[in-house]
Amino acid sequence: MDLYEYQAKELFAAHGVPVLAGRVATTPAEAREIATELGVPVVIKAQVKVGGRGKAGGVKVAPGPASAEEIAEQILGMDIKGHTTNSVLVETAQVVSEEYYLAFLLNRAERTFLTMCSAAGGMDIEEVAATRPDDLVRLPIDPNVGVDIETARKLVTDAKLPAQVVEAAAETVVRLWQVFVKEDATLVEVNPLAATQDGRIIALDGKVTLDDSADFRHPEHERFVDVAAEDPLEARAKEKGLNYVKLDGSVGIIGNGAGLVMSTLDVVAYAGEGFAGSPRPANFLDIGGGASAEVMANGLEIILSDPSVRSVFVNVFGGITACDAVADGVVSAFRLLEGRGEAVSRPLVVRLDGNNAELGRRILAEAALPGVELVDTMDDAARRAAELAAVGV
Amino acid sequence: MAIWLTKDSRIIVQGMTGSEGSKHTRRMLASGAQVVGGVNARKAGTVHEGLPVFGSVAEAMSVTGADVSVVFVPPAFTKDAVKEAVDARIPLCVVITEGVPVHDTAEFWAYAVAAGGVTRVIGPNCPGIASPGASNAGIIPADITSPGRVGLVSKSGTLTYQLMYELRDLGFSTAVGIGGDPVIGTTHIDALAAFEADPETDAIVMIGEIGGDAEERAAAFIERSVSKPVVAYVAGFTAPEGKTMGHAGAIVSGSAGTAQAKKEALEKVGVRVGKTPSETGRLLRELLEQGKR
Repeated sequence: MDLYEYQAKELFAAHGVPVLAGRVATTPAEAREIATELGVPVVIKAQVKVGGRGKAGGVKVAPGPASAEEIAEQILGMDIKGHTTNSVLVETAQVVSEEYYLAFLLNRAERTFLTMCSAAGGMDIEEVAATRPDDLVRLPIDPNVGVDIETARKLVTDAKLPAQVVEAAAETVVRLWQVFVKEDATLVEVNPLAATQDGRIIALDGKVTLDDSADFRHPEHERFVDVAAEDPLEARAKEKGLNYVKLDGSVGIIGNGAGLVMSTLDVVAYAGEGFAGSPRPANFLDIGGGASAEVMANGLEIILSDPSVRSVFVNVFGGITACDAVADGVVSAFRLLEGRGEAVSRPLVVRLDGNNAELGRRILAEAALPGVELVDTMDDAARRAAELAAVGV
Repeated sequence: MAIWLTKDSRIIVQGMTGSEGSKHTRRMLASGAQVVGGVNARKAGTVHEGLPVFGSVAEAMSVTGADVSVVFVPPAFTKDAVKEAVDARIPLCVVITEGVPVHDTAEFWAYAVAAGGVTRVIGPNCPGIASPGASNAGIIPADITSPGRVGLVSKSGTLTYQLMYELRDLGFSTAVGIGGDPVIGTTHIDALAAFEADPETDAIVMIGEIGGDAEERAAAFIERSVSKPVVAYVAGFTAPEGKTMGHAGAIVSGSAGTAQAKKEALEKVGVRVGKTPSETGRLLRELLEQGKR
């Protein structure tokens, strides 16, 4: 899960990383209130999970409460690269003298962690990496050793931070490492990490990605979930424990295993190119290895409640779960949905392959479910599903 | 001969007494694999699925001569289970568990490396490894394919099964599911190197997915060190771009992680990349018929 800046800073503060005083607001009146409380000039910052908000006009200084309200009014609702601004961070304005860069992240290739630090912060770090690679220090971190104050000192010194801020910066680096480890983050990025005239270090911005797999040991992270920003269908699917992602096409997809479903999306998109309106996948839905009748019913229900779906492609490879069980699942799903008064109203193309595929196909053929077609191969089934979803059919 | 797992492999199951552990122990036994015991400290001394349950991996190894462990313990306990296997210096540890925190995987991987790399770790979040007709360590359905001379390495479970099934007439020496988590033990490159060295493997199928740069690195490795024919499949061409924050990841990988980038990297070194799983199967058949890369 990606966090908003204000959420990242909440974690920073909890681990002793210096941040500026401030709070999040969702209305202009609230922004005014916070600015009044702070009693100093403030910065109003759009809370969106995308970079480049400054250039888009999403970050502005307000000298007092009245202008804070006015600016919040402008920024709230603003579209920044397709993201709607639903909240703003109202924060004490701070004059800084220098801006650095610091990140902790995964290094997938080396199967370990990495820290990157640069004295050239505040700007596009990709550009620094590309044009002045020597100005971006990279240091692998052994997860079993971690980052102590000496490692941190060496890091910031190698990154050419000025001598007078080395100690304060190193302390902050150690605290940010604590955020990375203790909160189970896969990314902690601070750009800029700023130095003030009097040598203090402040995390002026913060990007944090938390590892969803570690949620079981961080029940407190649930508060960061932005329910309002979730797609309603995705939220419903999540409640039912389904791995569903809404896409913008018209062919509903159900499959087992993330790789197979991803592959199904590709095959459907290719097949769609040959038909009117080029139908594309409407969703990603992985029902996992089990594929019981109930899971199949829940999956079908979610997909059919998407009005843009014109046909559904059920693509299952019988491995652990044999195809006869999957076929039974489809049949029961139809009964279950009929029972719930939501009879399946759009054509369903089913491809079963692997263990007991013959038996599975026979079960479906005998059940003669309305609108269900059996197709032998994945490629042909994708073509048929795309054809059924084609415009004008 | 196959790679890493042979008919002589003696398998123990960590977490055998759980529901998944029990089910797949039965399946492995039914497929002819030599499963020789399980590990669960709380149930040591009992018998489960007709097999002895031991208190530790070390004890199970000394009593049964086990050289492979398959891990089914829940995510919260996986890190300790793998570290225990590493401490016991078992040669192969296959981690099936899904949903292991990345920090835990990074930690047990670093631990395995620091211990001298004696233990090969496969996974986590993977279907395991199968050498059809010889042995099966994990959850790969044994009966969808046959023994043969194709090697397969894949990030995805069901796509592994799909290709094993499509090429069931040719058959496989070994199929390895390495898992699609951000941090994994054994990589595509490790498997490619092992297949290249295996006299019983004639050709290799490699299955990748969007994210990271493992496929690009594998391509560079193939160019340098693989002489056997390789075909590849990459899933996720039409997947929407993930919501990435910051650009730190892209800097490190030096690649956008897209399917297109991976395909291009592989094709540049002469690997033929299928547009769909079935086309990938066809490409391999063509290559084998031509008898050249």
